[in-house]
Amino acid sequence: MANNLSPFAHRSILGRAVKDAFKKLSPRDQLKNPVMFLVYLSALLTTALFALSLFGVSENLVSSGFTLAIAVILWLTSLFSNFAEAIAEGRGKAQADSLRSSRRDVTAHKLSDPARREAVADVPGAALRRGDFFLVSAGEQIPADGEVVEGAASVDESAVTGESAPVIREAGGDRSAVTGGTTVLSDCLVVRVTQEAGQSFLDKMIAMVEGANRKKTPNEIALQILLVALSIIFVLVTASLYAYSLFSANQAGIRNPTSVVSLVALLICLAPTTIGALLSAIGIAGMSRLNQANVLAMSGRAIEAAGDTDVLLLDKTGTITLGNRQAAAFLPVDGCTEEALADAAQLSSLPDETPEGRSIVVLAKEKFGIRGRELTDRHMTFLPFTAQTRMSGVDFNGTEIRKGAADAVRAYVEAAGNPYSRQCAALVDEVARQGGTPLVVARDHKILGVIHLKDIVKDGVKERFADLRTMGIRTIMITGDNPVTAAAIAAEAGVDDFLAEATPEAKLEMIRKYQAEGHLVAMTGDGTNDAPALAQADVAVAMNSGTQAAKEAGNMVDLDSSPTKLIEIVRIGKQLLMTRGSLTTFSIANDIAKYFAIIPALFMGLYPGLGVLNIMGLHSPQSAILSALIYNALIIVALIPLALKGVKYREVPAGRLLRHNLLVYGLGGIAVPFLAIKLIDLIVAPILALV
Amino acid sequence: MNAYLQYGLYLVILVALAIPLGRYISRAMGGETVFLSPLLRPLERCFYRALHISPEEDMGWKKYAACALLFNLFGFVVLFLILMLQGVLPWNPQGFGGLSWHLAFNTAVSFVTNTNWQTYSGEVALSNLSQAMGLTVQNFVSAACGIAVLFAVIRGLMRVKSKGIGSFWTDLVRAVVYVMLPLCLVVSIALVGLGVPQSLGGSRTVDLLEPFAVDAGGSRIVGAEIDLEHNTVTLDGAVVADAQIITKQALPLYPQASQVAPKQAGTNGGGILGTNSAHPFENPSPLTNLIEMILLLLIPVALCFSFGFSIKDKRQGIAVFLAMFILLVGFLGVAASQEHAATPQLAQNGAVDVIAGDGMPGGNMEGKETRFGIATSSTWAAFTTAASNGSVNSMHDSYTPLGGMVPMLLMMLGEVVFGGVGCGLYGMIGFILLTVFIAGLMVGRTPEYLGKKIEPREMRMAVLLCLATPIAILVGSGAAALLPSTADALNNAGAHGLSEILYNYASAGGNNGSAFAGMGCDTPFLNTSLGLAMLFVRFVPMVAALVIGGSMAAKKRVAAGAGTLSTCNAMFVFLLILIVLIVGALSFFPALSLGPIAEFTQMAGLG
Repeated sequence: MANNLSPFAHRSILGRAVKDAFKKLSPRDQLKNPVMFLVYLSALLTTALFALSLFGVSENLVSSGFTLAIAVILWLTSLFSNFAEAIAEGRGKAQADSLRSSRRDVTAHKLSDPARREAVADVPGAALRRGDFFLVSAGEQIPADGEVVEGAASVDESAVTGESAPVIREAGGDRSAVTGGTTVLSDCLVVRVTQEAGQSFLDKMIAMVEGANRKKTPNEIALQILLVALSIIFVLVTASLYAYSLFSANQAGIRNPTSVVSLVALLICLAPTTIGALLSAIGIAGMSRLNQANVLAMSGRAIEAAGDTDVLLLDKTGTITLGNRQAAAFLPVDGCTEEALADAAQLSSLPDETPEGRSIVVLAKEKFGIRGRELTDRHMTFLPFTAQTRMSGVDFNGTEIRKGAADAVRAYVEAAGNPYSRQCAALVDEVARQGGTPLVVARDHKILGVIHLKDIVKDGVKERFADLRTMGIRTIMITGDNPVTAAAIAAEAGVDDFLAEATPEAKLEMIRKYQAEGHLVAMTGDGTNDAPALAQADVAVAMNSGTQAAKEAGNMVDLDSSPTKLIEIVRIGKQLLMTRGSLTTFSIANDIAKYFAIIPALFMGLYPGLGVLNIMGLHSPQSAILSALIYNALIIVALIPLALKGVKYREVPAGRLLRHNLLVYGLGGIAVPFLAIKLIDLIVAPILALV
Repeated sequence: MNAYLQYGLYLVILVALAIPLGRYISRAMGGETVFLSPLLRPLERCFYRALHISPEEDMGWKKYAACALLFNLFGFVVLFLILMLQGVLPWNPQGFGGLSWHLAFNTAVSFVTNTNWQTYSGEVALSNLSQAMGLTVQNFVSAACGIAVLFAVIRGLMRVKSKGIGSFWTDLVRAVVYVMLPLCLVVSIALVGLGVPQSLGGSRTVDLLEPFAVDAGGSRIVGAEIDLEHNTVTLDGAVVADAQIITKQALPLYPQASQVAPKQAGTNGGGILGTNSAHPFENPSPLTNLIEMILLLLIPVALCFSFGFSIKDKRQGIAVFLAMFILLVGFLGVAASQEHAATPQLAQNGAVDVIAGDGMPGGNMEGKETRFGIATSSTWAAFTTAASNGSVNSMHDSYTPLGGMVPMLLMMLGEVVFGGVGCGLYGMIGFILLTVFIAGLMVGRTPEYLGKKIEPREMRMAVLLCLATPIAILVGSGAAALLPSTADALNNAGAHGLSEILYNYASAGGNNGSAFAGMGCDTPFLNTSLGLAMLFVRFVPMVAALVIGGSMAAKKRVAAGAGTLSTCNAMFVFLLILIVLIVGALSFFPALSLGPIAEFTQMAGLG
């Protein structure tokens, strides 16, 4: 899935695209795209005119060679458009092929009763029904999507996610979902089927990446309405031009200088063929970019909604902060030295394999050069952390060291009749206010000091959020921390708002509040209790590692289960819309130059003064028309890479984005064809002279 | 210098009056109390009672549109019958007969659609009843209808998740009672004071100061010597047989003042007299001209500001105003500079002194009234076609090629440079949606306007709003150009002939109604085809606008932020202008290049 296939680099994709380009010439395919259907009809018409001209039936002033040239260019225009679409589909088709190869029909060990593993009936995987139970053991492929009801196992999900490191799947909790087509590496699982064959995640994924049931999004439809309307106007423009031309020629007493062939050429030049040809390729490529980011969207609409999103709900852990807290400082109290505190803290943490514990050992080493001692040294007895004591510690040579939450340690010292240090209480509050977690250390029922455990905000997060803010996107941090701690981290990370002590209900409430204010909200979630919030959010990304319920509530699935993916998704959504808009602008802006090429070419005979409009100095009427039409066809091919890659995206406010894109695609759209048509004319004119 | 002062003065007065009027209209249409309320509220209530209207009714767009269409249909039928039957109806001092079916159809459609295209000449065809009870009524209600629909659309943009967009009847009554009536009353009285006739007496015959002679065909014999005593006419010493000496003139006296006011204020433009506001009885002096000219654009400009007030964001209104204003000034600049410069043909061998000098206007004075001059005529020409008014104080047919192209182009753009009362602005909203759609995509969002998402349905309607005019003009003029009979109806051949055809269909297709003249139009084909074009461009966009209003009202509002496209900054104004011009240019560049542009290159001697 994550194999980055560059469509141009891959010869097989290229070859298939060329073949598909011809296949798509069938009228049924052509009808799906009205603008290109117009090109198709024009190509048929000019071909018919050419055929007639071979039998001597032709319009005056038009040679059959010229008609043939126009017909050929029109067919090429059609093919180029088909090719653009085919190549955009190519990457998805290749991905779908590789997914399909992993979807073998395997034998399932069906259990009639999940509690009795010995009563196994072997059936084909496809025969499993929703609610059935099956057993799957190490080395076997999981036959269907389901929920683990018993056991824990490591599973290789690389067939779906592309990630080779195995993941743990176990009954209960948020890691209970298994996907058909993945392989169990160790142990065995009892699974309840949640999706029947044909509707499995893998099936959906194949359909998705292949774009098999790709529907046009509302925005695509709206754009197509604009393009069709413009095409209709241009049909009327060319038809009425024939009438005006006939009228003017009659008045001047000469033959009508316009021919059907030249008017068809004008029509196709004016019709928004550039964007028309690339429109579906842009949509497919956007989907494909999302797939490459290892995200599956359930519909194209979800990607566009991502572009509109202006509120991101981000989980603190993993997105804003590194997963774990780290010791940042030793704060001694009541005359204890910092070094003594560090020493005691390190001793108590030596066997503690949690990242927090290890960070205490490391900090003591860095600050005071206290080396980790051999655990067997002093006949130490370690007391692990328990929910009851809420402390951990070590006993050696009659000395007791304890560390833990402030209230637990307080109870510990007060139980021995010692007073709880006021200075300690003040430090504990101070640490919490700064967003840290205080751990109090005591030796022999006397408080030594406080360890400041800190949430480490990821590098570059603050700048990232500032960029998002300039784009008008608010970031909201979601955390289970208390409000004091949350506020401090929120300030450090530069998020716009935070939700502390977050419960699923509070999340849902917050989403509703923002939506009522007219915002579009995006979030990620994995647990079953996230499902209501996911269903409410406008863009809901479910982690692939999450539960089935979460996946069904979301409109995207992140195969990497990466909490930062949301930002990437927004970027892809915006890029898709920008590409659509920029190429539309380019396409329409092109028409100006085409008018200046063709109008003087058609009417210089009638009104020689109109020669002043021939500002490109094109060689002859015929070369002018051919050059404009050749440009019209070639620009489609030239823009395919841009359509696939998407226009350049920058995190700046809308105004600057617009200015930049207008300059590049608007002004560029006016200037480029003037130069290109002139260049093509320089090549075409000598060839015409030879013929 | 003098000319620049005039142009500047016209524009400043226009805008200075429009801003307070805009606020007034916004409040009045919203049912708030305005300074005229004590006077007009009883009248308003009287209408509601008489018509059994519940002023608080909230109609969905379908009912609103149905009411608007029915009302217009009713207006059309009544007017059509009056025109057909005026011969047997009272108040007909001149004893005019009924109009032919196609002329009655064309005229009724023309006034109901706020076009006021006039194939007939009022003073030789219509009775007082037809003028006052038929046409003047439509002058009021067709304008009010435009204002009503505009405010329904505004409500649609403002409301959130709601079904209704207001009551058509309430809007119509308010637009007539609070906007049209007071304004027209004041202006009519002022015009009467300044010498515009207001009479039911029909025409009065007076002696000519200088009699002249005509031949048997009715053409004036130039250079003839007239002997009144012997009733003979001699030309170059020879007596002309069959010649007739004309000594008397019929002065057309109608209720002019009371029709001129709504004609100008409601972007109607249908004068009582054939030569419209070039006639001294409709527009006697520079002062009446100033009043009438400002009135041409006053309500359309004011409505831009009303729009801002009503949607509670003045900047949006100002942005729309600026886009329209910049277009107007630009086009006025082209027309004026062309007319002041005249053509090489006029300057040839010193035939006409085209350089302005002491007491001489210079430039191209052909077809212009000497009491108005070039600056005032050009401004009127630009104003009357920017607004879909169509009244004239000079003959556009006689403008220089590019000077004459300006009024034509202003109409071809779909009458959105202020445009008709109400309909100009809702037409512009169509262009705004197009602009927002393309620009919105370029900033990476699905497009929205005023927080409302633009989806396929709105797009379909926006496209209809923007393209109805080009469709009507291209189809109509294309068909006319194909008919052999058209060429015979034209005064001019060649490129100018094509310009005449284009202008006429642009006038109908923009619901403008001004005439380029130079083309006889009273034929069944032209009357019917122009009438159909007028119907199409009036009611298709009207319903489209109401659909947009209804569907916008039902939507939720998306919050604005740094990532949303601003629709009130300079960039957007620039883009909006560009889109209007590009749609116009793409639709009409080929047509114009065979008409005015070809004529220009011929006159400039470019081949």
